[in-house]
This record gives sequence, structure tokens and C-alpha cells, in this order.
Amino acid sequence: MSGFAWAFARDLRLAWRHPGETLMVVAFFVLVASLFPLGVGAEPQLLRRIGSGVIWVCALLAAFLSLSSLFASDYLDGTLEQMVLSPRPMIGWTSGKIAAHWAATGLPLTLLSPLLALQYGLDADTVAILALGLALGTPLLSLLGAACSALTLGARGGGVLLALLALPLFVPVLIFGAGAAEAQASGLSAAPHLSLLGAGLIVGAMALPPAACAAIRIALD
Amino acid sequence: MAWSYFSSPATFYRLARSLAPWFFALAALLAAAGLYTGFVVAPTDAQQGEVYRVIFIHVPAAWMSMFLYFVMACYAGMSLTFNTRLAAMMARAIAPTGAMFTFLALWTGAFWGRPTWGTYWAWDARMVSELVLLFLYIGFIALANAFEDSRRGDRAASLLALVGLVNLPIIYFSVQWWNTLHQGSSVKFTGSTMHVAMLQAMLLMTFACWMYAIGATLTRVRSVILERERRTRWVRAL
Repeated sequence: MSGFAWAFARDLRLAWRHPGETLMVVAFFVLVASLFPLGVGAEPQLLRRIGSGVIWVCALLAAFLSLSSLFASDYLDGTLEQMVLSPRPMIGWTSGKIAAHWAATGLPLTLLSPLLALQYGLDADTVAILALGLALGTPLLSLLGAACSALTLGARGGGVLLALLALPLFVPVLIFGAGAAEAQASGLSAAPHLSLLGAGLIVGAMALPPAACAAIRIALD
Repeated sequence: MAWSYFSSPATFYRLARSLAPWFFALAALLAAAGLYTGFVVAPTDAQQGEVYRVIFIHVPAAWMSMFLYFVMACYAGMSLTFNTRLAAMMARAIAPTGAMFTFLALWTGAFWGRPTWGTYWAWDARMVSELVLLFLYIGFIALANAFEDSRRGDRAASLLALVGLVNLPIIYFSVQWWNTLHQGSSVKFTGSTMHVAMLQAMLLMTFACWMYAIGATLTRVRSVILERERRTRWVRAL
């Protein structure tokens, strides 16, 4: 994994130098989550009921929005091709880029989620489970999204096509992530949902970086 | 004759032309027999009344939706590993038929669900995973057609088909893993809990759908071949 640390540091440095992009994703997350109480009505009971699900959907959309920048800019300016040609193993730097994408988007969303959960009046235990679920689920979103965004490199109608590919694959993450918080809120154990999310993350971390590599190879063929 | 003889689009084009009518004829015969058994021979269900007869199209469509995805993913895998053009064309040709059966399964399920469950749609595990399957088919078709270079579209869509394969066991086992609205299956490899005539009708309809899917795929793959090979000498000679 010699390229992992290199690509991770490079992409994080890029994100740090252009903080606007990351901040916009976070702002989008907060903004969309704040729209729901205005739309469905601000009764505390209703908000407590839908809170964890809404926050999960917002996190999913925010993670999706930032996907287009994962490989696309490097693809357009030719950096991606140079990286493929470099002697570093592809799987290393691809994983590094995915990890950096999570650190720049999924991690801030996870850290911010308790704040939004307070807006929705969730109790402390549910907030903790929600954040734990997001911590397990958002890396999986980054992994799934990376494979899909590598597939759509150079495609016509990139953004909408990416939505069509990625969002259906995000569905299981959403179900188990929101299910964990839901179970905790209704007095059941959140452990099965979190275990499934964790298992999904392990399988995803094994299988999806190679898939993303294959997709990049196809794109640069 | 080597097994790879028909992997050339030019020879397969002729094979598909001669085979497709036979599969359509077989589909029509089986469908006639299946509909007769389903509507005349099979008795009325004790609990559900006449409405249960939707299963004679719903179950075959649902089975075909999953089976066709599996076949499509096999062709996709073949096109990626052996880099054969025809396998990718077959995967492209299967996708619309698979999407059609998926839609049919969801649609007929809604019509069955309204009188039986009292709702057209529920957010039940099997329905949601079947809906995801429909989106996978649509995503496959969209991705395959999203590139100027059709070979690139082939490869990208093939990879997507392989990734989406994860969904199939989820659909299949969803009724066992989650105890939600959709009932478990009455037909298993170890035996069935259905009336014999009902089972016969359902199997006849399944084979009818299967034959139709083969016929439709062969017909569609011929247009895909013609479109992709339009600059070759043999197509111009047609």
C-alpha cells in the first residue's frame, strides 16, 4: 500500500487548499436538514420520529454531491493517467483517494450530525447511535460512490447518470443506518443494524477499491 | 466446428435469425397452455378467491427479472474477461427485457396487493430490493449508452452489472431475512405447498416467459449487431 499515504495526503492537502468545496458540502447538509421541519411542520413529536431518517438522507445526498470531484478533475487534467502510469500500485492510491474523500466529506458530516440531531430533539442515546451509524456508513458511501464515479468518467450526462448508478446502491446503507437509530429510539437493540453496516463496510473495503481500479482502467483505455 | 464459431457477430446474426421464431412459437404454445391451465383448470383459491390468478404472471415475471439479471451479469463477466464483442452485445440485448419483467413483477404485484393486502405498495424488503433491481437495469442501459465509444460503454456497464449482482441474493432471501409484508415462497426445491394445477400453470407460464425472453433477446441482439457492425463488409452485403 505504498501509494495510500501519498494519495491520502495529496487529496487532503488539495481539500485543505480549496476549503470551499468541503464547506459547501457541509453547508448543503445543514441546509437540507433544516428544510424538512419547515416543510413537514415543526411539531417536536413528528421531528423526533423522522429525525434520524432525514439526517441520514441528507448525509447520503451530501456525500453523493461531492462524488463528482473524486476522480473527475484528475481525469480532466490528465493527472489520473499519470498516476496510472506511475510505478505505485493502483489499488494503493485509489484507496488513498477514497479515504481522503471520506475524511473531507463523510467525517465532517458525522461530526456535525449530533448538532442536527439536537435540532430534531433526538435523545442522547439515539444521537450517539446515529453518529456511530454514520461513522460506519459514510466510508461505505465513499467506497460505493468511488466505484460509480470512476465508471461515469467521460460519460455523457455525468451528474444525472452518477445519481442513477450510485443512489440505488446507497439504499442498503440508508436502510441499516437509519434502522439502527430507529431501533435505538424505539427501545430495541441497534446492534444488529450496526453489525450489518460494519460487515458491509468490511466487504466494501475489500471489493470496491479493485472495482474502482478496474473502472479507472476502462476509462483510460 | 469450434465452440467459438458462433462468437463471431456475423455467424451469430444468422443463427439468431433462424432460432428466434422457434423460441417465439414455443413461448406462444406454452403461454396458451399455461393460461388455459391457469384460468380454466386451476381451482379458485380458498382464501384469496380469484385474485390469486395474478401469480401466473407475477411469479414468472419476478423469477425472470432475477434470472435475466444473472444471465446478463454472466455475459458481462465474459465480455470483461475474454474481451469478446458478442458477449457485451448479448448483455445489452438482455437488459431491456429484464427491465420489462422487473417492471411487470412490480406492476402486477401492486394489482395483487390492492385487494389482498389493501395497498398497492408497501416499503417491504422484497419490493424495495426489486425496485433497486429495476434501477440497476436502467442504470446499466443508461451507462452502456453514455459513451461515444460503444466498446467503453460495454466495459463500464459490464462492471456495473457485476457490482449489482450483490442485489440478487438480497431479493431472493429478503422474505426470510426480514419478516415484512411479502409472504415467503410456496415453491421450494424440496416441494411445494400449492395445488398441482396451480403449480403446473405457474411453471408453464414461467417457461413461456423464459422462451419469450430468449426470442426477444435474440431479435434485439440482431439489431445491436447490425448497428455496431454497420461498417463491415458482411453487413453492407446484406
